[in-house]
Amino acid sequence: MSEHIVKSYEQELAGLDDKISQMGGLAEQLVGEAFDSLASHNPARARATVASDATIDLLHRELEEQVILMIARRQPLANDLRQVISVLKVAGELERVGDLAKNVAKRAQAISGETHPKGLLTGLQHMTDLASRQLKDVLDAYAARNPERAMQVWRQDENLDAVYNSVFRELLTYMMEDPRNIGLCTHLLFVAKNLERIGDHTTNIAETVTYMTRGSLPEGERPKGDLTSSTLMSGPIR
Amino acid sequence: MDMRPDPLIMMTTQAQAPTTTPTKVAAKNVNVYYGAKHALKDVSVDIPEKSVTAFIGPSGCGKSTFLRCINRMNDTVASCRVEGLIQIDGKDIYDPALDPVQLRARVGMVFQKPNPFPKSIYDNVAYGPRIHGLSKSKVELDQIVESSLRKASLWEEVKDRLNDSGTGLSGGQQQRLCIARTIAINPEIILMDEPCSALDPIATARIEELMEELRHNFTMIIVTHSMQQAARVSQRTAFFHLGILVETGSTSDIFTNPTDKRTQDYITGRFG
Amino acid sequence: MTDITAGGVSPPIRRVEFETAESKARLRRRYRSEARFKAYGIAALVVAAAFLFALLSSIVMRGIPGFFQHYLVADVLVDAAKIDPEGKGDAATLRAGDYTAVARAALAEAIPGVEGRQLKRELNGLLSSGAGDALREMVVADPSLVGQRVKAPLLLADEADVFLKTSGTKIRVISDTRGIATPSATTGEISILVGANDFADDVALVKAELKALADSIDETIARRKARGATVESLADLEREATELRRRHAAAATSERLDAKTASRLVAINGGLVKVKEMTPTLVKGEVIIPLKSTADAAPGTWEIRVYETPESNRNLNDRGLAFLEELKAKGLVESQFNFAFFTRGDSREAELAGIQGALVGSILTLLVTIGLCLPIGVLAAIYLEEFAPKNRITELIEININNLAAVPSIVFGLLGLAVFLNFFGMPRSAPLVGGLVLALLVLPTIIIASRAALKSVPPSIREAALGVGASKQQAVFHHVLPLAMPGIMTGTIIGMAHALGETAPLLMIGMIAFIVDVPSSLTQAATVLPVQIFLWSDLPEPAFKMKTAAAIIVLLAVLFLMNGLAIWLRKKFERRW
Repeated sequence: MSEHIVKSYEQELAGLDDKISQMGGLAEQLVGEAFDSLASHNPARARATVASDATIDLLHRELEEQVILMIARRQPLANDLRQVISVLKVAGELERVGDLAKNVAKRAQAISGETHPKGLLTGLQHMTDLASRQLKDVLDAYAARNPERAMQVWRQDENLDAVYNSVFRELLTYMMEDPRNIGLCTHLLFVAKNLERIGDHTTNIAETVTYMTRGSLPEGERPKGDLTSSTLMSGPIR
Repeated sequence: MDMRPDPLIMMTTQAQAPTTTPTKVAAKNVNVYYGAKHALKDVSVDIPEKSVTAFIGPSGCGKSTFLRCINRMNDTVASCRVEGLIQIDGKDIYDPALDPVQLRARVGMVFQKPNPFPKSIYDNVAYGPRIHGLSKSKVELDQIVESSLRKASLWEEVKDRLNDSGTGLSGGQQQRLCIARTIAINPEIILMDEPCSALDPIATARIEELMEELRHNFTMIIVTHSMQQAARVSQRTAFFHLGILVETGSTSDIFTNPTDKRTQDYITGRFG
Repeated sequence: MTDITAGGVSPPIRRVEFETAESKARLRRRYRSEARFKAYGIAALVVAAAFLFALLSSIVMRGIPGFFQHYLVADVLVDAAKIDPEGKGDAATLRAGDYTAVARAALAEAIPGVEGRQLKRELNGLLSSGAGDALREMVVADPSLVGQRVKAPLLLADEADVFLKTSGTKIRVISDTRGIATPSATTGEISILVGANDFADDVALVKAELKALADSIDETIARRKARGATVESLADLEREATELRRRHAAAATSERLDAKTASRLVAINGGLVKVKEMTPTLVKGEVIIPLKSTADAAPGTWEIRVYETPESNRNLNDRGLAFLEELKAKGLVESQFNFAFFTRGDSREAELAGIQGALVGSILTLLVTIGLCLPIGVLAAIYLEEFAPKNRITELIEININNLAAVPSIVFGLLGLAVFLNFFGMPRSAPLVGGLVLALLVLPTIIIASRAALKSVPPSIREAALGVGASKQQAVFHHVLPLAMPGIMTGTIIGMAHALGETAPLLMIGMIAFIVDVPSSLTQAATVLPVQIFLWSDLPEPAFKMKTAAAIIVLLAVLFLMNGLAIWLRKKFERRW
């Protein structure tokens, strides 16, 4: 891609990408930290994690302002227009990711006193790893303008959904076994749901990357593995 | 950069945005030479009826040249030679049997700089109908003048001073007067060669509003340097570069997702 | 892509300084240089204006008297015997009458008693040969005047007229005479005896004049010798000087007066005596105006009049001058605006010469010129500018039109002589041929001016016309030509002014002939204003010099009018876009 005749325009566009990668890095970190603070029963770490979400929000606001200014001043067209709009959307998604991670960290604070069965956390650990990798991959795809890689992320979200399904069932089982687990498990259920939502946001980013690079959204339905909305367990398992 | 336009891409582009309206102007393999200079190379394009088609491209890319081929204005340039086929309603306009003067009565033109005749506003509008004998009486001529000025949304501003000189109007009014003069002879096609380049944004907006109204009755082709203007007023856009028609397509496609890299580079301000 | 950061050798960065002495000096230099340039421009303008002013004022000063003429306005007896002896009373007879005789009779009445052929001729010489013309017109217009007395302006001859206009000599009058003067007779050669030494001063003055004359001759001789003149060629002058010195030195009480010294006249007893010889107490001389008696004149009743300019340096001799002074003293001489200047043709007599013939000749010539030039020039320009293909042939034509504009006008005269007169056998000196030649001369100017005017019409107007479906011809004739018309008109008028002032080519086709009649057709012999000026400027009479300047004023006025018309047209019809 040849450069813009107006250099500052080029720099501004590059600046948007820089901010996105900064935001992405922060979001990634936040997801990891949030789960770690949960797993390690460390309320102080969880508090720090909650606090660092504010940075993402700030970056998001800055990006929005920059995008609005650029539309007013440069009237971007074609791929530039798509990039600018994509930045706006991706920033929104990342901000949501940050919020979800913050929510995980809050729940980590709430359940830090409880002891939870070890087996429960392995599923969540798996989810966190998957979500983090998806997020990292889609941000790489964004930075490299690589729609194939983005589409890979898009399709792989199914795996995260599958793990979520099993975690969901597992938590339901615990709750049915012993009603004293309900409080803890409900929190963990939300943590799992948050991680699943983060995966959904990565697919949205992946779609945006496709639009940004190809000018069109991916065709067809995204493969989905989240069956929890239609799952109902009645009575204790015998 | 010396990439030939890929006919496959062009075909797919057109296929992606099929014209629902019938074709008014069809050009096939049009080549234009100014002396030894090859100004326009193998241009083929279909222009749909009753819509606005914008020609964009850097200076000297041949868009004005092509525009002037459509009403044979290039005939007045001695060194200019036009090859290929240009049809209006399926009839070759370079047919030797066709009189270019009559053609120009069917294909009106509005120019870059507002160029009203240094006569009264009335005479400016009445000139075309007079020389073509379009009115049988003074009353009829008055009606033509009024309706043309109304269509050009100038009537309210000038109705009390029809006998004032047309050159005394403001730039935007002059340009609308020129449009009124053009539509007074009821052409089928109106060519506009950068009609707003000498106007301020408000006057430009008036002309653009006018084009939006006129496109329901006329086939309009506009050459413009303002990409935003092309994006605002046209339904289809054609991008010319170095005498080649690089890409044509629906305006929304061209400005959000152009097929050709050169188009993209041009409209995003990356030309190098 | 800017090259600000480009590699390679980068020069040291220097900024414009405001405070250093060097920069202040540079600034001062810049201002000085600008002021100097403005001063040069103003000086050039002032010099040009001064030249123009000097030229115009000199012409006006010389020319204004040419528009006036002195007349003897006397009571004239329209003597039937001289005009209509048979009493027919028809216009032809009245027109053929001898009005000169009537005028002379009136003059004789004004200064009665003049005797001798010589003196009478001198007296009648004051009147022009056309003195009776005004009277003739009056009588023809009103036949009842025959036999009546009328007050009519009688034209004075050019010598008298010029003398009055230029106040030819200073007249010194010595009226405080001390002795009683006794004339010996009333007419003829007489002597006047004076009781006191009234003439002593004048005799001394005459001797001083003689000495001055001798000195000036000596100076001339010395100058000539210095330039290497032979002694023989100077012999006459030396003899003359010697003679003058002898007269100056001679103690003789009697001194002869001649044409080289101031003239002296004695006015006594109502008559006038021109002094030929004088002693302090006795003068001998010739009576010009008869004395009424030979009675003694008391001191103070008679006077000596000294015409300071020697007779040989004047156009009007002592007698004429004496008569003229007498007429003036009687209040019979009047200066009137010379309408005849515009209504008469050329004449050998300066006071009768007018410019009507030349004016009409000029008008006829210009009519032919404009009649040919305007259509041909404008059509040629339109074709070349709007329709002609741009190729070698049109380029060649263009270059040659430009070349033609630079051809000396005399060449066109020669061409006219060879083609129109010798080949086509057209009449010589005719306005038709003059017009043809001037048309050739002006055509390139008009074509160039018209093309420039057409070119200055913006192409957008043509495009606009073509854009609404006008044909090329309609575009040109409906839009381009009307817009170019002021320019074309301006060019044409300037071209016509050029033609009006042109002399050389007309000389070649014989329009330089002396033509008295006002031309009434295109083929009659005629002359034009500038040629008339050229002809007059060649004539020796001072009256013609005045007429020349007056005719130049008329020519300039016409030219200014034409240029003014051109400017007016341009301003009125000029359009801006």
